[in-house]
Amino acid sequence: MVAAERILAAVAGVPDPEIPAITLADLGIIREIRTGTPDELVITPTYSGCPASAAIQVSLRQALDEAGLGAVRIKVELSPAWTTDWISAAGREKLLAYGIAPPETAQERLARRDAAPAVCPQCGSLKTAEISRFGSTPCKALWRCMDCAEPFDRFKCI
Amino acid sequence: MGPSPALSPLDLALRLGDDALILSHRLCEWSGHAPTLEIDLALSNIGLDLLGQAQFFLQHAGGLEGAGRDEDALAYRREEHEFRNCLLVEQPNGDFARTMVRQFFFSSWQALRFEALADSADAEMAAIAAKAGKEVAYHVRFSAEWVVRLGDGTAESRRRVADGVNWLWRFVDELFTGEDSGLRPGWEAAAGATLAQAGLELPAPVRGVTGGREGRHSEHLGHLLAEMQYLQRTHPGAQW
Repeated sequence: MVAAERILAAVAGVPDPEIPAITLADLGIIREIRTGTPDELVITPTYSGCPASAAIQVSLRQALDEAGLGAVRIKVELSPAWTTDWISAAGREKLLAYGIAPPETAQERLARRDAAPAVCPQCGSLKTAEISRFGSTPCKALWRCMDCAEPFDRFKCI
Repeated sequence: MGPSPALSPLDLALRLGDDALILSHRLCEWSGHAPTLEIDLALSNIGLDLLGQAQFFLQHAGGLEGAGRDEDALAYRREEHEFRNCLLVEQPNGDFARTMVRQFFFSSWQALRFEALADSADAEMAAIAAKAGKEVAYHVRFSAEWVVRLGDGTAESRRRVADGVNWLWRFVDELFTGEDSGLRPGWEAAAGATLAQAGLELPAPVRGVTGGREGRHSEHLGHLLAEMQYLQRTHPGAQW
């Protein structure tokens, strides 16, 4: 049995393979460290068919092995289902800086309707419109800014 | 009809997994052929969600079966008559309007099915359903918007979407056989509301075509499987 902190420290910096600006911990994909025999690192997929799932497990495995934690098992659990509310505040800022509009938080969603406009990550304008509900990866939708005319990705709120 | 024997957990996992797998394959046939790039992406994304769902359901089915078959063995090395998907999902894409109607009919059904399944005593099935339900809500919205846009569009788009509704209607009965019969009123209310927005109506009842749930498929499934299973049939166990 290894201390949970040591396991967490080993994987804390592992980036998402599709959006390397943000870590798997920021995204809420790393759910829990369960110490026992064996120790388990519990992760959850964002979308059922996320093609990055295999790459995510490979990256985590590698990080664990490099930290001498080869005995830690990676366990995938679906419940509770992943939600964009698990993206950390730091993660939201990193997304915005990377040019991806972060999803609304649960509080924002309660205050507004689902169709609230995204903030343009380029110029900060709220004059934005959805081009397509589906974007470059399962977790993103395609938007555009009416002020600076740039298209941008927005994290889908689920 | 006499009472049908209770559906086993394995049969249910196979049904839901096969539905998702086969429709996923159909949607991917649109790759590179969709009317616009955004639609191409959307159809592939929906297909990807469905493929992920199929993977979870079939993995669970393999565990329930206990014969050492994993999700790949179930997807790539079963014969046509062993598939339990409904006939609706194996129908050829037709034009874009028909594809959207098929998606709307199916996703609306899946949404209700998963809602019911989220309360299942089988914790794994409940977890898959709760997760997939979020994705399906997106598929319903996307396809419903297109059904309305096409129905409310030009004479040509309206004719095509109406043709899609009429052609696919015969496969709807199968979704509500046996234990799923209770889902029909909710489905008809939701589907009817969207069709009304599109200026269309639910068609009059027709003699439904069924059999997929028992492994009696239309001729289209065999052709689909020939393509989908080709690699694993030719090189069994091949890995990336």
